[in-house]
Order: sequence, then structure tokens, then C-alpha cells
Amino acid sequence: MSERRISRRGLLGAAATVPAAAGLHALVTGRGFGGEPALAGGPNGHGEPGAAGHQGHDGFAHATFAPGRSVDHRANGFDPSELLRDFDYGKTRRLASGRVLREWQIVAQDKEIEVAPGVKYEAWTYNGRVPGPTLRAREGEKLRVRFVNASEHPHTMHFHGIHAAQMDGMPGIGEASGGGQVEPGKSFAYEFDADPFGLHLYHCHVAPLAAHISRGLYGAFVIDPKRGRPDADEMVMVMSGFDTNFDLSNEVYAVNAIGFHYVNEPIRVKRDELVRIYLVNALEFDPINSFHVHANFFQHYPTGTSLEPSELTDTVVQGQGQRGILEMKFPFDGDYMFHAHVSEFAELGWTGFFRVGNPSGMTAAAAAAYCKLPWGGNGGAA
Amino acid sequence: MEAAAQAERAPRGRLPAWALGLIPLGLIALAIAAFALLGGPGLGERTGPPVEEVSVERTVLRPGTIELTLRNDGPDPVGIAQVAVNDAYVPFTASEGLEIGRLGSTRLDVSYPWIEGEAYAISVLTSSGGTIEAEIPVAAETPEADLGFYGLMALLGIYVGVIPVSLGMLWLPFLRRLGRRWIGGLIAFTVGLLAFLAIDTAIEGLEIAAGAPGAFGGANLVFLGALVAYLGLAGVDAYLSRRDERRPQAAIPSGAYLALLVAVGIGLHNLGEGLAIGSAYATGALALGAFLVIGFAIHNTTEGLAIVAPLRGVDGGTERPAAARLVGLGLVAGAPAILGAWIGAASFNPSMAALLFGVGVGAIGRVIVQIAPQMRDGSGRLLNPTAVGGMLCGIAVLYATGLLVSV
Repeated sequence: MSERRISRRGLLGAAATVPAAAGLHALVTGRGFGGEPALAGGPNGHGEPGAAGHQGHDGFAHATFAPGRSVDHRANGFDPSELLRDFDYGKTRRLASGRVLREWQIVAQDKEIEVAPGVKYEAWTYNGRVPGPTLRAREGEKLRVRFVNASEHPHTMHFHGIHAAQMDGMPGIGEASGGGQVEPGKSFAYEFDADPFGLHLYHCHVAPLAAHISRGLYGAFVIDPKRGRPDADEMVMVMSGFDTNFDLSNEVYAVNAIGFHYVNEPIRVKRDELVRIYLVNALEFDPINSFHVHANFFQHYPTGTSLEPSELTDTVVQGQGQRGILEMKFPFDGDYMFHAHVSEFAELGWTGFFRVGNPSGMTAAAAAAYCKLPWGGNGGAA
Repeated sequence: MEAAAQAERAPRGRLPAWALGLIPLGLIALAIAAFALLGGPGLGERTGPPVEEVSVERTVLRPGTIELTLRNDGPDPVGIAQVAVNDAYVPFTASEGLEIGRLGSTRLDVSYPWIEGEAYAISVLTSSGGTIEAEIPVAAETPEADLGFYGLMALLGIYVGVIPVSLGMLWLPFLRRLGRRWIGGLIAFTVGLLAFLAIDTAIEGLEIAAGAPGAFGGANLVFLGALVAYLGLAGVDAYLSRRDERRPQAAIPSGAYLALLVAVGIGLHNLGEGLAIGSAYATGALALGAFLVIGFAIHNTTEGLAIVAPLRGVDGGTERPAAARLVGLGLVAGAPAILGAWIGAASFNPSMAALLFGVGVGAIGRVIVQIAPQMRDGSGRLLNPTAVGGMLCGIAVLYATGLLVSV
């Protein structure tokens, strides 16, 4: 049917209309610039202090999930707002040699999580959360990660870093010493030194690789330089997606797993305070991902392996497995969007907001009125 | 004999016939009840995840809104979670809630600033993460179904149905002047036209059925519709001829009767044609070009010829039919296009459309069977050279004029 409709339209597009029908036809199509009424609502609407995020404005501020439903973080067992600043330092003790030994226990578990409001997904997780815990150590420490596989599938933890082959979490390598592929019910302790400093990641390396990673088996791995970095409001953002219908492309994109989460609950930061973002790309199926912040620029430290930034920019592109540290300050109060500059990803969930201070100190009522103005809702930066 | 039959019907000491008929039914009901109460013993849990089969029955575009009517075609309920248009999540509301039961439907009102002339891919994300895809090849506002719109559809039906068919019937005086030897060829020409229409209608019906929910039958509906129409018309025919049994000429159908049959068959075909035009117009996929209307007119004028051919063929043109009868025949054949356009534009439903197209096929098939015997030549051969030539001409004419309406 549809083919035929298109072909007929194509044939007749340039033809004259029948006089008797023309009047009515014109009447019908005259209203037909479908976008207009909705666009009149316009690019409005960020910066409604104290209100429930950025949904619910008329028209099209930006893409969003359907209003009225939200992800049940309690049922999921993790909340992206808490994940954001949750760094797992593990347990430490000093060895006889004087070195610090830092230890973690990570359990692989199969778990159904809500990846978008109303959408359940059979995830594979490290410690029941996606992304897995952000493991954080200091350069030169001795690290031991005890990995327990409580999933129904074989998994590993493959760390990006410098280590011996049998500690690589690579099936087929180091099996003799209990390494390699960790079967369900088995465990293995990965031991290596924290080297080099920077921002790394870990993920499962069992084949099929894309399936194991995209199910949720990834996390950030931070090694601080010996002298540390300047004080900052630090946060981790792991970019990823979910292929909920298993067609080898993602239906939902996000930072820290839940799409549009930081739209509904903007990340609150202080004006003029240094913000440091540990940005990791764990996305599967799409070769590149990106991060862009509005109305600001940041210093970019690729892989975090240098203390000197490589570039002052507002957009950074990352391939699969790439990561970098971003540092910026917000000089104005207000709401500032950040999102993948791959617009498709942004509109499929990978969008959020920073909320700096209390935007212009407006009362909720004043802000609501302000948002209704045609030019309103820029966050009241003043 | 009668006594024996009675004895067989109610043998002494045995159950009456009606009870014997009811016992299996009762047992089936009992078995089903027990099976349901026990939760299907021995079958255990279902294997695999729930099956999600949802078809998009109707797409309506209004300013800033895309309305999708979804029908759950599968065995399990389906939960609607999110909607993305052209790879962007968008707000929406569901008229009948987010959960669609088996064979249930819901309408999603999706807020989206669509632009006329652009193409849209809509992806509905279900609660299990599955996706239901809908496509809008060319966006255009769906006309409001108000009085003016129905007027326009009526006008369209008159343009493509009533007027051309009536014009075609004006060939009757010409046909009357033709010699007797043309009669068989003329009937064969009509048969050729009808055969083409039957094939065309069947293919169009199957195309529509491809987009219809399988649970309602899908392509089966076309065949069922054809069978029902064929049998229905055959039944009516048998009933009428039995009633007229006493009349000696009843063995040979009159020209007027055959003309009515042809008109009914063509009318049912035009119902489908109107349906296709109406729904295409409603979805904005059809521009009302003069070229299209002229194309349909020429195409359908030949249908008028098919109606009047039996009048000349059988009665030899001696009997002059009343003008009112001719007008009536024209309306029977052409007016269904109006009805079809209304239905197609107001509430297009692929399952119903497939069934109606099937009815058209069956009706035309029945008409062909009815009038084909008139093609026989003196020696009684059906596929004589005149008949074959006539049929091929009929097919060729509709094929050629058909080029004007479908490319």
C-alpha cells in the first residue's frame, strides 16, 4: 500500500488540481504545516528552579521520555544521582614492605533493571549496578580485586592498565593459575599495581564481547597521581547505551545508565567551584560518543595520564573504550545542558543538566512566570 | 420407510438424537473448564519471553501530534513504555492505557513538531525493550472528517465511479448496431475486463492484508471474502432461479439480469477502489491531481461498457431497457466508490479493507462464471477464437488505462 501511495504522490506532485476539489484541498493543506503550532511553544524552558526538572513545559524544549513515569531507582538498587560522586576506595592495609595494598570484592550478578521508565532489561552487572563501582586507587599501590562470578554466565574483569598476562581477565590466558574465564560460581583475585595514573576502565572480556559489555559489565577505574589533583567537585560519568531489543543497535543512551536522569534531577554544582568529570565511553555498537557542555569550556586531559591539559574545548569525542578528565568552573548561576553532541544519542537519552547555584535567586513562582515568557527559561543567568 | 426412519431416529431405550449431539459439546466444555482450573496440567511454564506482536492500524497526523492506533496481535499482553520519533524520545499519552491486552488496541497521541512532506520513523518501545516500528513515508495533515470532507470524498467517488461508468454505458446504442457475430466477442471482452479487475483487486487486497494484524486472518481475509461473496451470490442466484422455476425461459438468464450481475461485481470492485483512494487521500499520500481523476475516469469508463454488453449480447438489442434501469445499473456499479472513499478516509482498517477487497474478487469471479457461457460459438466451444480475442482485448484495454492510475 504505502509504496503505491508514494509512487502516486510522486507522479501527481506537479499535476494541476481538479478545480472542484482544489478549494477543499487547499483548505486542508493550508493548515498542514504541522510543525508550526508545536514549535510555537518554542525553544523554551530550562531553568525552573525548584520544579521537577525540565519536563512538562509546553512544546519542545528537548527530547524526553513520556511524562508521568520515572525509573524506580530503589528497585534498580542504584541511583545515578548517587553513582555520580560515588568513588569506591576499597579497603587498605599497609604491607610489610611499606606499600599500601588496596582490596575490593566485585560480584557479577544477573539483574533485571529499569533502563528507561517502564522498560525492563535483563542486565549483567558488577555489584548489582550499572555502571559498576568506580574503583579508585593511588599511583603505585598494590591492588587486589577479588572477583566472584554469581552470574549464570562466564565473565571476567579486564582492567585497562599495566599488568601481567594472567591478570588480564582474558579468556584462555592464565587459566592454569585460575585466571582467564571465570565460570559461574567461581572466583579469581586480580592482582596488579596501580599504574599508570589516569582514568581507565574495566569490563568483561568474555566473547561475544559486545553482548557481555553492553549488558552492563563495565565501570570506571581511577588511579590518582601520587601528588593528587587540585581539590574539586569530582564526578564520574560513564557513557553507555542499552540494546533492549537485541538488534545490535542501542535503543537508549545515557551517562550513568539511566537516560535523561540528569534532566529530571540536574547535577547541582557551586558557582566558581572547580568541577572535575571523569568521563569514560563504554558504549557498544556505535563507534564514537561525545560530550558537550553548554555555555562553558573545559580543560581536557585525555586518559588523565598527564597533569597538563591538552586542550581548552567544549566538546570532546571518544571512541569505544576512550576516556578523559574534564575540568571546568561555572561562572554564572543557572541550568546548563550537557549531552552527547551526537544528536541522536542526546535525543535518545544522553542528555542532562548542571544546575549552578539557585538560578538568579528567583522564587519558584517568579521563575514559573519567567518560564512562560517567549524568551524565558534560560536559567536566569544574571 | 417412514416407520423405519422413525425407529432409527428414536430407538427404544436409547437417547434422543439431540442429546447425542449435545454430549460431545458438554464433554468439551467440561474438559476445557477442568484444563483451565488446573492451569494446563503438564504444560508447565512457557518457554522463552512473552511474544509481542503489535501492528500499527492507523496513523493520523494533526498539527504537532502524531496519533498511532496500535493493535495487539499476539498471544500476550503488551506494555507500551516509550515512543521515539526519528531517533528522539518524545512525550505521548495513551487513550486506553499503556497495557494492551490480546486483540486490544490503544491510541498513542505523540507530541511531535512534524513538518509536512518529511518522512518519519516511529519506534514504540515496549516494557520488555522490544520495538514496534511505524513509518510515515510523507507527512501531511490528516483531513478532519467534517461535512466538507465527506462532500469532497463523495465528489471524488462520483468523479471516479459514477460518471465514468455511466459514460461507458452510453456505448449501448453503438453496441445495438453491431452485427450478431460480434456478440460472443463483446461478452468475451467483458469477461477479460472482469478477469483483470479480479486479479487487480486480489493483489491490492493482499498488499493491504500484509499490513493487517495476523490474528484477524491477514491474507486469509481476502480469500475468505472472495469465497463468501462467490457462495453468497451463487446462493442468491439459485434461490431466484428456483422461484422462477415455472417460467420456461428461466434456464437462460436474461440480458438485464446479467447486466445487473456485472454491475454488482464492478460495484464491489469500485468499493475497494474508493477505499484505497479515500485512505490514501486521508493520509496525505494522494494528491488529487486532475491526471489521476482523468486516469480513473478512462479506466472505469470501460467498466460501463462491460455492464451494457450483456444487454446487447443476450437480448440482441431488441428490447430497449428503460432509462431508469440504466441509471440504476450505473449507480450500482459506480456509487460504491463513494461509500468506499468515505470508509477509507474516515476509519481505514486494514483487516476490514482486506475482507472487502476479497468480497470484490469473489463477486467478480461469480459474475465471470455467470456470463462466460455466452461466449460459446455455434459449435458450443467456450474458448473459440472470437472469445479469446475478446478477452485479450478486454485485459489489454484495462491494462493500458490502468497505466494512468498506477505507475
